[in-house]
Amino acid sequence: MRIELEKRPQVSKLYAFVSPLLALVLTLIFGAVMFAMLGKDPVEALDAFFLEPLLEVWSLHELAVKAAPLILIAVGLAVCYRSNNWNIGAEGQFTIGAITGSYIPIIFYDWHSPLVLPLMLILGALGGALFAAVPALLKAHFNTNEILTSLMLVYTAQLFLDWLIRGAWRDPKGFNFPVSRDFAPEAIVPAIWEESGRAHWAFIFAIIAAVLVWFMMRFTLKGFEIVVLGQSERAGRFAGFSSKKMIWFSFVFSGALAGLAGICEVSGSIGHLQPAISPGYGFTAIIVAFLGRLNPLGIIASGLVLALTYLGGEAAQLSIGVSDKVTRVFQGLILFFVLSCDTLIYYKIRIVWSRVRGGAA
Amino acid sequence: MSIFEAILLTVITASTPLVIAALGELVTERSGVLNLGVEGMMIMGAVAAFAGAQISGSPYVGIICGIAAGALFSLLFAFLTLTLVANQVATGLALTLLGLGVSGQLGEPYVSVPGIQLKEIVIPLLSDIPVIGPVLFKQDLIFYLSIALLFGVSWFLFRSRPGLKLRAIGDSHGSAHALGIHVIRTRYLAVMFGGACAGLAGAQLSLVYTPQWVENMSAGRGWITLALVVFASWRPWRVFAGGYLFGAVTILQLHAQAFGLGIPAQFLSMLPYAATIVVLIIISHNRRTTLINTPASLGKAFVPER
Repeated sequence: MRIELEKRPQVSKLYAFVSPLLALVLTLIFGAVMFAMLGKDPVEALDAFFLEPLLEVWSLHELAVKAAPLILIAVGLAVCYRSNNWNIGAEGQFTIGAITGSYIPIIFYDWHSPLVLPLMLILGALGGALFAAVPALLKAHFNTNEILTSLMLVYTAQLFLDWLIRGAWRDPKGFNFPVSRDFAPEAIVPAIWEESGRAHWAFIFAIIAAVLVWFMMRFTLKGFEIVVLGQSERAGRFAGFSSKKMIWFSFVFSGALAGLAGICEVSGSIGHLQPAISPGYGFTAIIVAFLGRLNPLGIIASGLVLALTYLGGEAAQLSIGVSDKVTRVFQGLILFFVLSCDTLIYYKIRIVWSRVRGGAA
Repeated sequence: MSIFEAILLTVITASTPLVIAALGELVTERSGVLNLGVEGMMIMGAVAAFAGAQISGSPYVGIICGIAAGALFSLLFAFLTLTLVANQVATGLALTLLGLGVSGQLGEPYVSVPGIQLKEIVIPLLSDIPVIGPVLFKQDLIFYLSIALLFGVSWFLFRSRPGLKLRAIGDSHGSAHALGIHVIRTRYLAVMFGGACAGLAGAQLSLVYTPQWVENMSAGRGWITLALVVFASWRPWRVFAGGYLFGAVTILQLHAQAFGLGIPAQFLSMLPYAATIVVLIIISHNRRTTLINTPASLGKAFVPER
């Protein structure tokens, strides 16, 4: 048995829409098999994982809490990936954004002013942007592989946070626990609808960012530049676009969004700095970006789906007693199926059963 | 044993997984396939080796499980990128994310279970040589395998006919196909070889380096491996030298932590990652030499015309 591919004369519009859905269905089927192998009732497990979290108001709030950083980061990454710049270090930019944004509420904790929160958000975005500028600089001027450098910086960022929290920024009244002092109320990103749950303004920022980037990609020259340079650097150069400037733009832009996500997370959801501030949002956002077909509006939907895997993991841990590692497995599976289903968009797939070879192949 | 010998021994232990995984990835990349999933394959090898050793009671069964896990897991990557021509970068990332998830799930029952360490094999006579004897000839099987791999891979790539074909595919898959070389089949084998090596490297981590199972215990080594291949400009001996350089940095920072130089431990732990970045800058800043050394078809999908 062999699989043969035949290039479609035109990109299939139908499959471009169907393929992420098909990927989700395949993930569910594989998930059911996995639960069965773990000795759980697949229907009950999938229900606990993917449906129950959607049935209560408070857990819908939790969904928004978890989707916000994913969407914010993924929208930035989509700009990078569209322009063929592979920023894999969003987790590090998220961490640094959380640190720089926390500077004011930790160091100037006596300063009470309505300016505190806006300044924090700006500092967070700046920190993420600056940290992302490092792999951009290295790629633009030293021709260094940005995948590897941005990823190495994730580890350094996490170690830096660890050092800060165990040293200079540790709460003097924290009984030696590695946490910073709690943020004052004016340094907290406000909740959207406090009476019913925790969801805060980060989710609104995420939606605004996604819509703005969608508009930019679709209707502005910058968006055109991103797509052209991403598809062919040479063609872009003939059009007068600079690939070096695009490296800077895409990295700084995605870094700023990741940094903003970082400060929103520590301020809105956690309330202080601690050594572990992210369950891998920066890496999961890569999946979100691809599942959303690198389209900002698609990313809103895929961000919600991936947020559901986090929630489902927590819920399934409690209700059916599987480890929360299942979350990561689901996330990996989704990305795998998205990538394989995408083949359908560009190629017709034929399965050849005979052993006889066709043509010269 | 002198302190010098002790340090040398730990450097070897820290370098061996890097060398093994990098040699595997080197063969994969020489065939024109960029597999960024080394971290995922390595961690799968680590958990499979640990589980295999626990179940059977023998670390050697563990090694075989590690190799098999790495190779099988890489098959997933090969199917997606070679048969379904999916984007190699994205698929490699997917492989890593999936590997970290699946290994965490599979390793759950083995957390804080005492591991089975691989015993060293003493080579008679040679191990009696002062200083280098006990360091080089009183080692575990995986170290000897890493040396055999070094000679094997360099012989295969530059002295054998299939190796020549593999390099031809990596440099121009179109021409190689026109000459009647099986591009896809060779690449499948090259990817699986890379996966087997990454699995063996993972087995070293959970059977020799720290004989236990800890989630995410590969700690970015798979990514450092990828940097090593670039660093070595796709040459086996330079991979070897680079692997030992990085192993030495890792160990020296550990010793520096123990001596307490007044530098915070976290900053010393950053050293291997920082060193990777610095080395990448030094190697890549000359665009022309990088282009000459890189396999020309690296990362490009191949769809045979019919």
